[in-house]
Amino acid sequence: MFGVVVLVFVFMRFTPGDPVDLMMGKAGNVTQEQIDALRAQFNLDAPIYVQLYDYLKDAVHGDLGDSFKEQRPVTELINQTMPATIELSVMAVLFALVIAIPIGVYSAVKQNSLIDRLSMGVSFLGVSMPAFWLGILLILIFSVKLGIAPPQGRIGNGTGLVHVTGFYILDSLITGNWAALKSSLSHLILPGVTLGATMAAIVARVMRSSMLEVLCQDYVVLARAKGLREFTVIAKHALRNGLIPAVTVVGMEIGALLGGNMIVETVFGWPGLGRLAVNAIFNRDYPLVQGVVMFYAFVFVMANLIVDVLYTFINPKITI
Amino acid sequence: MDKMNSSQVLLNNGNNLNLISLKLFLRNQIAFFSELKGHPSALIGFIILILYILMAILAPLIAPHSPTTTDLDNRLLPPFWLEGGKSTFLLGTDVLGMDLLSRIIYGAQISLIVGFLAVGISILIGGTLGMIAGYYRGIFDQIISRLADLLLAFPFLIFAIGMMAFMGPGFLNLILALTFKGWVEFFRLVRGEVMSEKTKEYVEAANALGISKLKIMVVEILPNIIHSITVLGTLRLGYMIIMEASLSFLGLGIQPPTPAWGSMINDGRDYVMNAWWISTLPGIALLILVLSINLFGEGLRDLTDPRLKRS
Repeated sequence: MFGVVVLVFVFMRFTPGDPVDLMMGKAGNVTQEQIDALRAQFNLDAPIYVQLYDYLKDAVHGDLGDSFKEQRPVTELINQTMPATIELSVMAVLFALVIAIPIGVYSAVKQNSLIDRLSMGVSFLGVSMPAFWLGILLILIFSVKLGIAPPQGRIGNGTGLVHVTGFYILDSLITGNWAALKSSLSHLILPGVTLGATMAAIVARVMRSSMLEVLCQDYVVLARAKGLREFTVIAKHALRNGLIPAVTVVGMEIGALLGGNMIVETVFGWPGLGRLAVNAIFNRDYPLVQGVVMFYAFVFVMANLIVDVLYTFINPKITI
Repeated sequence: MDKMNSSQVLLNNGNNLNLISLKLFLRNQIAFFSELKGHPSALIGFIILILYILMAILAPLIAPHSPTTTDLDNRLLPPFWLEGGKSTFLLGTDVLGMDLLSRIIYGAQISLIVGFLAVGISILIGGTLGMIAGYYRGIFDQIISRLADLLLAFPFLIFAIGMMAFMGPGFLNLILALTFKGWVEFFRLVRGEVMSEKTKEYVEAANALGISKLKIMVVEILPNIIHSITVLGTLRLGYMIIMEASLSFLGLGIQPPTPAWGSMINDGRDYVMNAWWISTLPGIALLILVLSINLFGEGLRDLTDPRLKRS
């Protein structure tokens, strides 16, 4: 994490383009004194190692600085947009797992059947499909042509949702606002599917191949020989071991999911962390970009740790 | 023979060994491509990829219009099969009246050049570093491996987006952003393979013959690991093309009016209600290319590692 912070910090300082010029450019006539004052305010007049030291010192106290553009603390902006991104990511992972695991298992059990070939063909298509294009395609079909899902935003107007946690689904449930629940779910579905599609495709393929391997194992043959029902053999004996590679892949795909957030949130106008990051990049908002990238790296590292812990639950033979 | 001293005999043996290695390598390549015939999906992928490459090369000859000429009298024309479409603009036009078919044809140039360059440079950097680190180990290996670990802490797209934002849009910056992290996977692959190959008898034999370390790496080890590099390179090619399109889509990659599929899809976003073809058709071109590369790549992987063959 330390390396990540230093790398991001140094990168941002050594790239062309001055954030103060960018800010002042919009203001029109400004004096050198005003420019210098702004530089001093954001600590940009200090040598880079002093800037880095100050930044690290504040960061360990949970202070990531103030956004140049918004003039608000970076942590506040991250906290404000994080629920939207988490909601979207959870939806994407849920969609991926709910679709991919049954398809992968069924394809392995009914190997070389029409459904197997079809689902593997579709999943191959999913792996090769750029998320931003899929998003536009879904908007075209479900919003423009069929009119059954909203193309942009997180919730419709006039639902009167009271914000409690920042997670709209949760807030709707807590406050019993069913109109808001319906609206936020309908807004979530297209971006969630778009973000989760690639993961679903990859997990389905991995699930199929791992189940094919597991189904040939002696203990599965034994379970069958004992006369257990096929469903029990698959669901209770084979699935647990077959899930291990799928969990690995989900962990590996978390990085792609975080990157995908930026794209999908841009396509669907989703007010989350990804869009915040993209806007910060275009505005050369150093503290905000640093904060968001560090946060992404932190989530990425934590997600991999959680996946490692999950292994022990799925397979008790593995210890951390 | 009796006039030759022992070192000359060893040297001749070394040269013969090189020749044998080269012959074996070439024979393997020919056998490899003939095996491709027995793998229909890989063959289809390969053929489509070749067609795209031809389309990119022959773009000035086959594109019906200039890809950057605007024609405001013919803006937002639908494809010819829809009402209002014109046969002179087969796939319709965009908001500035630029011919979509010509832009899609020229767009293949950007995608393929960026993809091949990004993968090629990644292979060159990652492969060289991996070869040296895997063969010599030591402090060099430690430093590069830690750097690779550090870069792996960033999701690829976030890293590339960040770099493009810092450096600004443009063709060279795009290549740089994609290769800056792209080399890591090749480094890890080559390092691992070299570490494994190094312990094999043929390397020990080459060492005993007094062949230089550089020659052992390039002439002896490289031909034995080139297939793994090719497979990973092919699979990464599709990924790099998607990355380029994603960056161009966000406005960080290739800038309009230069025809790049990602920025074309972005251009059409605001017109998806009444001119769906502007975003959809470049996306189909992109999808087919990436699909064919992935089919080819997976086929190559199956052929080089029969254990991975889909049962």
